[in-house]
Amino acid sequence: MAEAEAAVETTDEVTLGARRSPLGLALRRLLRKRIAVLALAFIAVFYFCGLFAPVVAPRSYTAQDLDHVFQGPSLAHPLGTDSLGRDVLSRVIWASRTTVIVTLATMVTGGLVLSVSLGLLAGYMGGKVDTAIMRVGDVFFALPGLPMLILINATLKPRVVEQAWIQNLQDWLRVDGLADYIVIFGALSLFAWVGGARVIRSQILALRETEYVVAARAMGASTWRVIFGHLLPNVSNIIIVGLSASLGAIAGTEIALTWFGVGIHDPTPSFGVMLYQGGSIRTLQAYPQLLLVPGAVVAALIFAFNLLGDALTDVLTPRAR
Amino acid sequence: MQGILPYILRRLLWVPLILIAVSFIAFTVARFGPGDPISVAMGQFRDPEVLARVRHEKGLDKPVLDQYRIYVWNVLHGDLGESYRYGGRPVSEIIFPKMWVSAQLGLVALIITFGVGIPAGILAALRQGSWMDPAAISLLLFFRSVPVLITVPVMLLVFVLKLHWFPAAGWEGIFDKHIVIPALALSLPGIAGVARLMRATTLDVLKEDYVRTARAKGLPEFTVVSRHVARNALLPLVTIIGISLVTLLEGAFFAEVLMGIPGIGREAFDSVKSRDYDVILGLALVLAAAFIVANIVIDIAYTFIDPRVRYQRSGVT
Repeated sequence: MAEAEAAVETTDEVTLGARRSPLGLALRRLLRKRIAVLALAFIAVFYFCGLFAPVVAPRSYTAQDLDHVFQGPSLAHPLGTDSLGRDVLSRVIWASRTTVIVTLATMVTGGLVLSVSLGLLAGYMGGKVDTAIMRVGDVFFALPGLPMLILINATLKPRVVEQAWIQNLQDWLRVDGLADYIVIFGALSLFAWVGGARVIRSQILALRETEYVVAARAMGASTWRVIFGHLLPNVSNIIIVGLSASLGAIAGTEIALTWFGVGIHDPTPSFGVMLYQGGSIRTLQAYPQLLLVPGAVVAALIFAFNLLGDALTDVLTPRAR
Repeated sequence: MQGILPYILRRLLWVPLILIAVSFIAFTVARFGPGDPISVAMGQFRDPEVLARVRHEKGLDKPVLDQYRIYVWNVLHGDLGESYRYGGRPVSEIIFPKMWVSAQLGLVALIITFGVGIPAGILAALRQGSWMDPAAISLLLFFRSVPVLITVPVMLLVFVLKLHWFPAAGWEGIFDKHIVIPALALSLPGIAGVARLMRATTLDVLKEDYVRTARAKGLPEFTVVSRHVARNALLPLVTIIGISLVTLLEGAFFAEVLMGIPGIGREAFDSVKSRDYDVILGLALVLAAAFIVANIVIDIAYTFIDPRVRYQRSGVT
C-alpha cells in the first residue's frame, strides 16, 4: 500500500515539475532521495490509518475481552491484547488518530497561522509592533516548555471541560475527549509559534528592502498585497522546513504530556497512555510487547518526521547543499 | 572591547523582566486550577467554616493580583510557600536537595553527550563520502527520535530484566551502577545534536587554509585533526549547551519517574498528580530562573570566546 501511494504521488509530482514551478522542482528533488520517500510513505500510511481509524481498525478501542487478557500475537489479535483484553492493533490505530488530530491542529494553529502571521507582521511593520511581538516571544521562549505545558494542562483543563459549548461540540463532532484535545493543542501551539516567527521575521527584514518589494510599494500596492503577493511566497520554503522540523517534536510532546497524566485520558487511546501502562517494570517483565509495539510505532514516526525534515532542509535551503 | 559591556547589560536587564512575566503567568495559571491549595489539602470531607478561616489566614480570598504581589514579596524573601504533602514543610527545603540530585545526573549525562558526540562528529566529517558518515548520522538521528520514555523501559528490559547487568531502580550517587541507565538514556538524544553540529563545523574548518598548510608541512594527520581542526571546530558547540540542558531536563522528568530517582522531575510528577500547587509553582519558577541565567551566561561566554558574535548581534537583537 505504501508503494502504491508513493507511486501515485510520484506521478503527481512529475506533472507539477513539468511546469517548472520552484516548489515542483523541490518536490522532484525530494522524491529522488530514497530515504525521504520512505519516510514520506510511512507518514502517509500513518496519517491514513489515523484519519480512517473507524474503518481501518478491526475492533473498537474500548471493546474488552476479559477472557483473553495479555495474549501474545494470534490470528484474532495480530498484536495481542492488553490488561483488559483490548486488541492492541486496534488501540495503536486509534492512538495514531489522536496523534494525527493533535499534530494537524497544532501545525495549523501554532505552526502556520500564529507563527506566519506574527512573523510577517513583526518583520514588515517593524517598530513598536515588532518589539511587542518579539518580546512576548522572548518570554515564551524563556519559559521552560515541558513544565509549563504540564502546569497549563493540569490546571486549565477542568475549567475547559466545564464549558457547555465544548460538550455540545463534542456531541456534534462525535469525538470523545474533545476537551483533552483542545487544551493540549491550544497549549502546544501557544509555545510552537516562537521559533518559526523568529526565522520568518528575520527573513522578512531582509526581503523588505529588496528591489521588487520597493517597486511594488512604489506602484501603490497595498500592505496586504505586498505581504501576501510578494513576501509570503518568498518565505514559503522556510515555512515548510520549519513545519516539518517541528512535527516530530509536537507529536513527541503530546505523547509525553499524556504519559505524565495531563494529556489525553484513558479510554481515549493515545500512545502516551499505552507507553505508560506498558512501561512499568512488572508489565515489562511479563508482557514486553505491550511497550515494544507502541514504542516501535512512535519511534518510527518521529524518526520519519526527522528524516523528512532533514531532506526538506537539504532540498529547500540552497545554502545547506 | 568596544560594545561588549552594553551587550551584557542589555541581556542582564531582561532577566528580572522575564522572570516577572514567567512567575505571573505561572501564578495565574496555577490559581486557575480546580479548587485552591487549601481545599485540595483538606481533602474530601472538609468543614466549610474551617475552610473559610484557613483560606482567610493564607490570604487566598484576596484578588489574584494581591495574592501575586504577596507571593512575589515572599519569594524575594526566600519563601516559596509550603507543601501540604510534606505536612507544611517549606517548598525550598524540598526542591533544592532534589535539584542537586537532578543536577548531578544531568552533569553526568552532559559529559557523556559531549564526550561521545564530539568524536563521533569529527569522525563522521573525516569519513565524508564513505558509507560511515551517513550511517553514523542516521543512527544518531534515530536515537534523537526515540523519546526517553521509550528508551528507559527498553533499556530496563534489555539490561536489567534479560542481562541482569544493572539494578532496576534507585539512586546511590554518581559513582554507582544505578546511574548508568538513566544517564545513558538521557544523553542519547543530545549526542545526535552535538555530533551533527560538530560534523558541520569540522567540515567548514577542514576547508581552511591553515589546515592545508599544516598538512603541507608534513604534520601527522592526528596532530592536524586534534590541534588545528578540532580546536577551531569546537567553538560553536558552546551555543548548544543551553539547548542540551533543556533536552536533559525534559528527559529527566521521565527517566527519574521510571528509575525511581529522587530528583525534581519525579517531584514535579508527584506534585502535579496530587495538585501540590506551591511546589509546582516553585519548581516552574526556579527552573525558569535557572535556564534564563544559564542561557545568558552561555551567550556572554560566547562573546568572549568568539568576538565576531558581538558585531553580528549589535545590529540585530
